[in-house]
Amino acid sequence: MNGHKLKMYARFERFWHWLQALLIIVLLYTGFVLHGTLPLMPFGAAHEVHLTAGIALLVLTAFAVFWHATTGQWRQYVPTAAGFPRVVRHYLVGIFRGEPHPFHKVPEAKLNPLQRLAYLSLKVALLPLVLVTGALLYGAPWLQARGFAVPFGGTAILHTAAAFAMLAFLIIHSYLTTTGGTVWSYTKAMITGWEEVDH
Amino acid sequence: MKHGDLDSSLLRPDKKLDIHMAVDGADMSCTACHTTVNHRISGRYYTEPAPAKRELALPKDDGNRLACESCHGTRPHRKTAKLNDHADTVACQTCHIPHFARGGVPTKMWWDWSTAGRFAADGKMIVEKDERGMVTYHTMKGGMAWEEHVAPVYAWYDGRMSYVDLADTIDPATVVELNRPGGAYGDGSARIFPFKYYTGRQVYDAGDNQLVIPKLFGPKGSGAFWGGYDWQRAVEVGMAEAEEKFSGRIGFVDTAMYWPITHMVAPAQDALDCDACHAKEGRLAQLTGFYLPGRDRSPLVDRIGWLVVLATVIGVLIHGGGRWYAARRRGRR
Repeated sequence: MNGHKLKMYARFERFWHWLQALLIIVLLYTGFVLHGTLPLMPFGAAHEVHLTAGIALLVLTAFAVFWHATTGQWRQYVPTAAGFPRVVRHYLVGIFRGEPHPFHKVPEAKLNPLQRLAYLSLKVALLPLVLVTGALLYGAPWLQARGFAVPFGGTAILHTAAAFAMLAFLIIHSYLTTTGGTVWSYTKAMITGWEEVDH
Repeated sequence: MKHGDLDSSLLRPDKKLDIHMAVDGADMSCTACHTTVNHRISGRYYTEPAPAKRELALPKDDGNRLACESCHGTRPHRKTAKLNDHADTVACQTCHIPHFARGGVPTKMWWDWSTAGRFAADGKMIVEKDERGMVTYHTMKGGMAWEEHVAPVYAWYDGRMSYVDLADTIDPATVVELNRPGGAYGDGSARIFPFKYYTGRQVYDAGDNQLVIPKLFGPKGSGAFWGGYDWQRAVEVGMAEAEEKFSGRIGFVDTAMYWPITHMVAPAQDALDCDACHAKEGRLAQLTGFYLPGRDRSPLVDRIGWLVVLATVIGVLIHGGGRWYAARRRGRR
């Protein structure tokens, strides 16, 4: 490692990332209270926090969509097959042998092929699913009063399924942040914006 | 005493017992809600909904002030707007009357007519009382059970009641519900409503599986139950007087009635919390057929979900452990 640092994450990107992380953790916690899994909080309070955090996530996502669209950063998520098998092999084999990561991260292309696929799925499938089903659950009485049939139970079950997927994502994502140069180097980069690269 | 939400404690209630009638509060009287227009007193009803409409009646005041909504409107919660979303499906009374018989006067919850007519060895009537002085057995009436501070049972209710008639066939193997609240989930007009579930045991026609009209009071020799304490005779005479047919064979059947609870409205801070119903073993545990958050779930989705989460944790632990072990071995070399 020749120890040279690159500005990898813009200020908005870091703000978006951490606020989104906080909101998702709060939403998961209060969500599982509402689901009847965690009995550690009154239902009414959990509902209020869940609703507030949900609306905050919706607004934050709107800003993030705008940011990605205007800065062209959405291109970071365009999937690619190039180098895909090498990255998979790294996580299955190379990482245990202490081999360097086969993907060379630069600010213009900071996501490896596996990340592109994972984050694209998160952003175009899982997050919209959670937000839309959540909004439907909240708006169901309003919609039903106006003659729209909202299958409340089905929507709630879909929302729950998406929450499980989100929790699984959170666990894997948190774990993979430890796979940098040191256990904390990726996390530090997401806080400061500067990342040490080996090229 | 009979109703559970109407008793002598309401003559001089405090705010905790009845926020509207409290002598230290609004001090409203019965007629504040039970208005009379053209000699028609609003409220008394058997089959038709008591409040004809659920909408704000003030300030124009057409004399229809019986419903909670007459004064409070249909979106009465200012602080927590989500509660207003419940107004279409949950009656005000459901949360705002968390218990009935709260005023220190017990209400009769069970009345067993089948044991009536027992006399003491000296031929005198038997009267047994509990520690509160409430009669638990009386020769004339049978066995009784009394309760205070009772949590209601809940049912979908559109304001209409249906009743079991004399002509209806009953199933004596079950608890015969003598009346049933009308309406069902999703029918557009029914809401979840609180009831006193009043149970008992009474004489019936065991030959035809039908209810009967026993002759209850009358002089000795008239056949009335209180005249001779003979159920068989009381039913024969009663049914003959009512000009109804009777098979000649009596039995006793368990029965129940739904009594709508609408008085003894508690102060707002004493209303039920969300958790009272949004919980696995909550007050609505018996009211199925719709998805209630906090109570309901898809067991399949939950099982798969937790399996996926568990597999993720195990996978992460194995991968992380492998990295740690491999790094240590490399370090030694």
